[in-house]
Amino acid sequence: VATLGVGIYTLTQFDYDQSEKLQFFADTKWITVIKSGYTIGLDGISLPLYFLSMVITVLVMIYSWDHVPSPGNPKAFLILMLVLQTGMAGTFIAQDLILFFVFFEVVLLPMYFMIGVWGGENRQYASLKFFLYTMFGSALMLVSFLALFYKTGAESFSIPYLIEHGIDISKNVAIWIFAGMFVGFAVKVPMFPFHTWLPDAHTQAPTQGSVILAAILLKLGTYGFVRIAIPILPQAAVKWAPVIGVLAVIGIIYGALGCLAQTDMKRLIAFSSVAHMGFVMLGISTLTSMGINAALFGMVAHGLITGMLFFLAGSVKERYHTLEIKRLSGLLQQMPKLGWIMGFCAMASLGLPGLAGFWGEFPAILSAYSPAPQLSTGLFRTLMVIAALGTVLAAAYLLWLYQRTAFGNPTAEFSGGGHAHSVGAAGHDDHHSDIHDVTRLEWMAWAPLLAAIVVFGVFPQLMFKVMDPAVTELVKVFNP
Amino acid sequence: VIASLLAAAPDFTAPTIDYHALAPEIILAAGICMVLLVDLFVEERQRWITSTLTGMVLLAAFVPVVTLSVIGGDVRSLFDGRYVIDEFALVVKALFLLAGYVVVLLSSNEVEEGHYHQGEYYVLLLTSITGMVMMGSARDMVSIFVALEFLSIPAYMLAAWRKRDRKSNEAGVKYYLLGVFASAVMLYGMSLLYGVTGTTLLADIGPAVTLDGNIGGVEVVAVAFVLIGFAFKVSAVPFHQWAPDVYEGAPTPITAFLSVASKAAGFVALVTLVYLAFPNASDVYQPLLWVLAVLSMTVGNLLALRQTNIVRMLAYSSISQGGFILMPLAVAGAGSTAETSLKAVVVYLVIYAATNLGAFAVVIAVARKTRSGEISSYGGLFSYAPALGVLMTVFMASLAGIPPLGGWYAKFGAFKAALDAGNGWGYSIAIIGAVNAVIAAAYYITVMREIWMKPVPDGDVTPIRTPMSLQTALVITCGVTVVLGVLPDLVARYGDLADLTGAFGR
Repeated sequence: VATLGVGIYTLTQFDYDQSEKLQFFADTKWITVIKSGYTIGLDGISLPLYFLSMVITVLVMIYSWDHVPSPGNPKAFLILMLVLQTGMAGTFIAQDLILFFVFFEVVLLPMYFMIGVWGGENRQYASLKFFLYTMFGSALMLVSFLALFYKTGAESFSIPYLIEHGIDISKNVAIWIFAGMFVGFAVKVPMFPFHTWLPDAHTQAPTQGSVILAAILLKLGTYGFVRIAIPILPQAAVKWAPVIGVLAVIGIIYGALGCLAQTDMKRLIAFSSVAHMGFVMLGISTLTSMGINAALFGMVAHGLITGMLFFLAGSVKERYHTLEIKRLSGLLQQMPKLGWIMGFCAMASLGLPGLAGFWGEFPAILSAYSPAPQLSTGLFRTLMVIAALGTVLAAAYLLWLYQRTAFGNPTAEFSGGGHAHSVGAAGHDDHHSDIHDVTRLEWMAWAPLLAAIVVFGVFPQLMFKVMDPAVTELVKVFNP
Repeated sequence: VIASLLAAAPDFTAPTIDYHALAPEIILAAGICMVLLVDLFVEERQRWITSTLTGMVLLAAFVPVVTLSVIGGDVRSLFDGRYVIDEFALVVKALFLLAGYVVVLLSSNEVEEGHYHQGEYYVLLLTSITGMVMMGSARDMVSIFVALEFLSIPAYMLAAWRKRDRKSNEAGVKYYLLGVFASAVMLYGMSLLYGVTGTTLLADIGPAVTLDGNIGGVEVVAVAFVLIGFAFKVSAVPFHQWAPDVYEGAPTPITAFLSVASKAAGFVALVTLVYLAFPNASDVYQPLLWVLAVLSMTVGNLLALRQTNIVRMLAYSSISQGGFILMPLAVAGAGSTAETSLKAVVVYLVIYAATNLGAFAVVIAVARKTRSGEISSYGGLFSYAPALGVLMTVFMASLAGIPPLGGWYAKFGAFKAALDAGNGWGYSIAIIGAVNAVIAAAYYITVMREIWMKPVPDGDVTPIRTPMSLQTALVITCGVTVVLGVLPDLVARYGDLADLTGAFGR
């Protein structure tokens, strides 16, 4: 009953937010003493992500209807989910640094509990690691926000105000402030040297947690770059862009190679996230309108596709009680529909033209050909080539994954013949009875995602149109 | 004899006394006598009356604080500016009275069930709170010292209240010896200050410390000794050794009292000294407090990480929190920072008081069932006592500084002050503080992990019965923690620097 009530509540909340597509802007005094206001607003950059966070949460709620992970307690689970949702949506609409920080942090605790309570065997280690990493990042982020506040004359924490005045900060100071923010956001993204929490967190989190983590939480970091770090400190952004670009490309290659070495499906998808976020960061680091547009598109696409992949992994786990790639085989035979959906998502993820993933990756690579005039073209063209190699690797690991799990015949363990007993443990008896194709609820949760992947793949203009004006405005600084 | 004395001083006139301004102290003093008398005349079985009475006295003393702040207007200065009622004084008085009230709520069952001497317990508690309330207004070295002893001496006895428990006796003796030692150091510093400046009034000491623009050796020693004396009181590293043992040995409500109210009183004294007596000695107190703050944060945190007993863990955590409160003071001398720092300290004290008292309330409630202080005894708390589990999570998260709970704003204010200074000292301490905030999160998280993720030890899942008084305490503290996190403006406007220093017409 609690599930139902909470679910309906979210739905109403969701519709309400959907109708507010206008440039909804509110500014109320909040903490006057520190000159911070409750300032919120939406523009082309935040709208897609804001909307994405709404959609994903509702779909996850639907999915949770009959998939509450052990040890149960759906009430607490959904409460946490709503807190998460508040934090995520709040981050995307906050137009005030302090408000942004508060929402950014609100996300932390529910996610910690979600992983820690409802996660896999190693959940406590994973959740602690997640928590401390992000906490460290945000502590530095807060310090740089405060430095920013004082360096612009201690007048306001509002982002538009700071964008106007950020240019006055002397270059050396700006570089240091940017460094603090960089660490804060890069941990969340996660970029290459800070990524180690991600595979653990993803692997141990419950399906719903992984989906939200992949689809939305990671975007908080990249969003922070686009919304705060780059517009407020453009000079420092120019200095840091090559570093970001190089780390992004390392992330792409490293993530891809990491994928090839995984034996666990969820872990593989997690590493693929590192690679995908590398593309997003590469797009951002070019500081061009094309690159940032691509990055934003990539964020949404990655949210849809990887979210979907984690849903699938969750469902496979539920049916087979394992995610060992070695032990899975012949999904297409036992569950043709689920198998095909997985194929579809793998294709989307590797960037097949016509599906959403393509429009994130391809323009990002392309934009590296001609980065902003202040940046070294040679470096970025090299990066472009390496990133392109990354897509090949992406195709390799995804097809490899798909081949191993979906094709062939089901292993004896799961084929359901009379041999089941010979496997040993009594618990294995009922394995094959769990194996059924996509249920109606799963369809309900997945269909919108699948549809969105196709729609945005065929008609990317839908999103580019919304984002482009805002992005063009943003990069004006770099193209005088 | 008196007549001859009066004759010897013919020009003696009694000072005019603003009774309204002194009302909180007067009510408390009357309350002390009343509780003592009532205790004499009621039967053993009805001693609980003393607890109720104490709570009522504290609330009654709260009334004039409220009326004084509502009336507002001019700063009320008594006894030639030696005793001042300004906004700062009112805020900390309110803080002490409410904290005292919560401690009474925490104590009532604990003391009654432990067959302690109830009447005396509450008398001492009230006396100590009176000392703190006086500390809020004291603007003279003598009145500061009197207030300090007034609040400390009953606290020594309270720490040793569990007479038959060796640890409690150890706590009492240790606290007493180190406390007296600290007082002696401080008194030495004060006497030097008096010798150098010729006055005990803080506002007069201020300009007199540096008459010729430089600070001489004697002044340095004097300032340092006075500050070190209070560093003991607020258990700043390296003067913290008494804290963990005392906290563990004392009855838990008293531990809560010491770690919140008594510590806050130390900080209040530090604030008045730094802002009124030593504004010109910032070259001395800033580096000193900087070192104390950094050491307290770091050492407190590192030791807290290793604790398995929740009370000891909270003891070290309060040392580290003390470091964060010192952080704004360590940069208070740098130009415009003074006001930011003062606000940061006041806000931090209020929020920290609410959160830490709440944490101790949960500790007491849980210990009623488990009879243990080990962190591992919190395993699975959420499964059989969800309300306590959630509350403890709220308090721990607030201590860790996670928005939207109170603690984040407290930390935020401290960082803000440090960065406002805009010099190397400020930046470096802010970075050190940021790293420490993360380390601190690690051990607060450990408690949350026990509550939510670990199985119940020995499978005993009988629910915990929380008595009414504890419930009230929990509701108050949790309410303050959450509300101040979302709407920090409510307290952030207090601590107006102009008020504090302006009382002396400078």
